[in-house]
Amino acid sequence: MKKLPRLLAAASALSLALTSVAPAFAQSKKTSIGKGEGQVDIVAWPGYIERGATDKAFDWVTDFEKKTSCKVNVKTAGTSDEMVALMNEGGFDLVTASGDASLRLIAGKRVQPLNISLIPSYKNVDPRLQQAPWHYVNKQHYGVPYQWGWNVLMYNTKVFGDKKPTSWSVVFEEQTLPDGKSNKGRVQAFDGPIYMADAALYLMTKKPELGIKNPYELNETQYKAVLELLRAQRKIVGRYWHDAFVQIDDFTNEGVVASGSWQFQANILGSKKAPIATVFPAEGATGWADSTMMHSEAKNPNCAYMWLEHSINAKLQGDLAAWFGSVPAVLSACKGNKLLTDAGCERNGLGSFEKIAFWRTPTTKCATQGDKCVPYHKWVSDYIAVLGNR
Amino acid sequence: MSQGALSVPHHTQTRSGWLDSLSTLLFVRRRLLLACLLIPPLLWFGVIYLGSLLSLLANSFFKIDEFSGQLVREFTLQNFIDLFQPANIDVAVRSVVMSSAVTVACAALAFPLAYYMARYARGTQKAILYIAVMLPLWSSYLVRLYAWKLLLAKEGAISWVLQAVHMQWLLDAFLTLPVVGGNSLSFSPFGTFVVFVYMWLPFMVLPILVALERIPPSLIEASADLGSTPSQTFWKVIWPLAMPGIAAGSVFTFSLTLGDYIIPQVIGNSTKYIGQVVYTQQGVAGNLPFAAAFSIVPIVVIGVYLWLAKRKGVFDAL
Repeated sequence: MKKLPRLLAAASALSLALTSVAPAFAQSKKTSIGKGEGQVDIVAWPGYIERGATDKAFDWVTDFEKKTSCKVNVKTAGTSDEMVALMNEGGFDLVTASGDASLRLIAGKRVQPLNISLIPSYKNVDPRLQQAPWHYVNKQHYGVPYQWGWNVLMYNTKVFGDKKPTSWSVVFEEQTLPDGKSNKGRVQAFDGPIYMADAALYLMTKKPELGIKNPYELNETQYKAVLELLRAQRKIVGRYWHDAFVQIDDFTNEGVVASGSWQFQANILGSKKAPIATVFPAEGATGWADSTMMHSEAKNPNCAYMWLEHSINAKLQGDLAAWFGSVPAVLSACKGNKLLTDAGCERNGLGSFEKIAFWRTPTTKCATQGDKCVPYHKWVSDYIAVLGNR
Repeated sequence: MSQGALSVPHHTQTRSGWLDSLSTLLFVRRRLLLACLLIPPLLWFGVIYLGSLLSLLANSFFKIDEFSGQLVREFTLQNFIDLFQPANIDVAVRSVVMSSAVTVACAALAFPLAYYMARYARGTQKAILYIAVMLPLWSSYLVRLYAWKLLLAKEGAISWVLQAVHMQWLLDAFLTLPVVGGNSLSFSPFGTFVVFVYMWLPFMVLPILVALERIPPSLIEASADLGSTPSQTFWKVIWPLAMPGIAAGSVFTFSLTLGDYIIPQVIGNSTKYIGQVVYTQQGVAGNLPFAAAFSIVPIVVIGVYLWLAKRKGVFDAL
């Protein structure tokens, strides 16, 4: 299963914090697409660019190569850090960057502004994504939205029966589940510091007096409350999950019944007819959003522009969403795709966009708390301490 | 011209000139030949191996910028002060205790096996034992790790067998123990320990085996001839001579456990070990300076360990 490391990596990869986005000098944008150079080199998450090698039904490269004579070379990267490092090294044309990597790439001037008039399908992109802050900076488009997804609450339908959980409290606080037994030892949380944002999101509703406005922007007091919640959670979590397939195994063989998770695991367990469902809790959820960006020194800009146009066609977007358990950036992909089915987009989170707190790297600079926020490297050290019962 | 050609010594006519002079040079200057042979490995070891290690350690004196997370090349000892925070001391102590326990368990399991292989096993039996010890090393580490997860799972093979023989209560009682217990074997630190012992056992068996095989049988006969009891022979002759093997094996098992970051991620209760902390600090937080400072901990621990072993005379028989 090639797609596994992508999310896992993205989750664990919010490495170097963003540098402030200095006003970029207007770089010269292309004004027309010439003849293809014969190839295009793309850095992508595993499973993002499929040519039918794993499953024949999932192939969105072969057609493109036939149509444009641009051979697609993919270099997969497992973490956002690796992506940034590869782009710094150079030699690539495109990268499928998550929200935490994209701003770093823009700030480091590794990617160039795009002329979206050369990408006619851009008008079909979900209007909520067209000018999203993780790729649209200083009124310049630096990326073409590719896919997004959420981190939902996955639960065992046998245990919860008709009383499905509606709040994250089932994974944060000790309580008796509908099957009469305690949740102690039967719930999980993600083994990555970014999970602290999930706890902060829960506290936004649970303790509004803390005044958390954004789960990625926490001042010292709010941060302490989050740590306290997580320390209590440590007592009811047997093991934290890190690897999607290990979590699937934990739900199958270890008696785990509820956890924050990705749609991906739920879809796999669902395909095995396991009694598993997901719910979008009342408090909202965290999520991720990726965009395809072009290297500032791309050697094959013509083929790259052709791929950008291709990347948002409805067929590709729908197939990819079905493969990955994500939501297409193009809404027309949600209807009439055989692999995704008409219920697919809704199942993967389409209707909840507004309530999703998309990944960002926490820095000291933050608008909601007067630039006195706890930076990400503190999150990392403290999460290690929480897991070690400190 | 033909006169001049005839005066050239015979042997050069069959060789090209530069090869000839090269061979003469190397023959006359033996040290040059030695240098040619030694420089590549020395370069590898000195520049690439030690150099990269030193540059990593140098990073431990830098810091990262609070806001941007970028490396600031400014001398500071803050990383070393941070090492003494309770959470970090926990991690170091936990790792050292686990490594010591794994090493002792490996030695206890490996010694009788190696002893049998060295002194009693013959022919096919010996070959089969050798293969049995090496076999796990031929398959992927990850495959074996995930196989163990299935064995140790709550609804896994070990639990199933215990249920079949009505011994489940014993496992449940064991798992309620503090520190080593957990929700199931695969969620408990004891499970981590079992998998570590399994993974590193061959690295203990082989050095002990080599040490025991080097003991000449005549020494043991001589010991008996001089009136030693079998147990005296074992403790006064065999044990001291096997000690370098045990020491070598223990360095493997100890340092492998100390540095591993994959096993505790899959098996155990998610408390972190040194390897994981270094990996997380570097790979997730981008805090290379602190990761570098933390990676000095295992170097110091192993250094102290080797120093103690030497003082105890473990290497005297080498």
